[in-house]
Amino acid sequence: MSVLSVNKNNFNEIINSEKAVLLDFYAEWCGPCRMVSPIVEEIANENPQYIVGKIDVDAEEELALQFSVVSIPTLVVLKNGKVVNQVSGARPKPQILAMLEG
Amino acid sequence: MENIYDIIIIGGGPSGYTAALYASRAGLSILLLERMSAGGQMALTGDIENYPGFDEGIDGLTLGIKMQQGAERFGTKTEYAEVTSVDFSKKIKEIKTDYATYYAKTVIVSSGANPRELGVKGEEELISRGVHYCAHCDGRFYKNKTVVVVGGGNSAAQDALYLSRLAQKVYLVHRRDELRATKIYFDQLSKAENVEFVWNSVVEEFVSDGRLKAIKIKNLKTQEISEISCDGVFVSIGRKPATEFLGDAVELDNNGYIIADESTKTTVEGVYAAGDVRTKALRQVVTAVADGAVAVHYAEEYLRG
Repeated sequence: MSVLSVNKNNFNEIINSEKAVLLDFYAEWCGPCRMVSPIVEEIANENPQYIVGKIDVDAEEELALQFSVVSIPTLVVLKNGKVVNQVSGARPKPQILAMLEG
Repeated sequence: MENIYDIIIIGGGPSGYTAALYASRAGLSILLLERMSAGGQMALTGDIENYPGFDEGIDGLTLGIKMQQGAERFGTKTEYAEVTSVDFSKKIKEIKTDYATYYAKTVIVSSGANPRELGVKGEEELISRGVHYCAHCDGRFYKNKTVVVVGGGNSAAQDALYLSRLAQKVYLVHRRDELRATKIYFDQLSKAENVEFVWNSVVEEFVSDGRLKAIKIKNLKTQEISEISCDGVFVSIGRKPATEFLGDAVELDNNGYIIADESTKTTVEGVYAAGDVRTKALRQVVTAVADGAVAVHYAEEYLRG
């Protein structure tokens, strides 16, 4: 599955999925975000058991605030609508997968 | 033993992919190990304006990907994995990642550097929750807030200038009574009305209640301790080399850089250090790419025996 663009309209529907959800808070101008976004895309394509979404912090300030994002990229894993893992900074693929599996 | 490469390159920044380009093009069997993505530190900066050939500048990540593609065009293979340890004690060198062990006749270490931390109380718990190392990445979250920049070099000055356009107030805390940065930055910062210099001072502690509230600073002249209330702190006190995985496999200097001169030869035969990870006077993209080519030159010489 490809990466979904998450905004405040589809947010609730996405995070309340039965599947584990990975959210990537990013901005176009942010170098580390651009490092991590191809990795997030790969994870989405290779793992249909997860839902993977990206949130543009410039367009979605409310969502960024809701997750207290003050550093990007921030990666959040949710299960049953609850945050189980949240980290800031670009991470290698195995670490992000481990966050989803853990 | 499995496949033995002619050269294994650790790190996919400018020096790593230049080494990969030269080695692949020379027909050597090589593997490049990269923990995350191409470009290294260069990918984390904005526009690069001092790398020749790009008359309008180029952003670091794009240049990194171009360097990777340039090397892959000649057969370079990239394996995305973080090196955890090495053994250079035998003729065939051993490199371990979390998932596999690789073998090579020669190794080029081009693992680069990361931002240096202050190492004071409260810092680690507040990383990305008030304590930051990349003003360009995280500055926007401090629009109209109070921030502190720690450091006195060019990058600290650049950070303070950048933040002065966003934040309501910027304190620049520096251990000396003048900046190490180029004078042009000092002039610009002096003109910015919301920038205040805090000279002769070091950060002693980060004060928080889950989120950063203030910093405690000590004046080195008077030994006086005071507090600055702030919402965010941007630490810009230089870099530390990414050499922990090397253990004592090669000799490092007191700051952790691999000891090697312009030949890139380390204290171990057949092991070379290229780019920012090496002891050198000027750490720039142009000097990193030069190291990559030089390292392959000497690796080839060693391989010929």
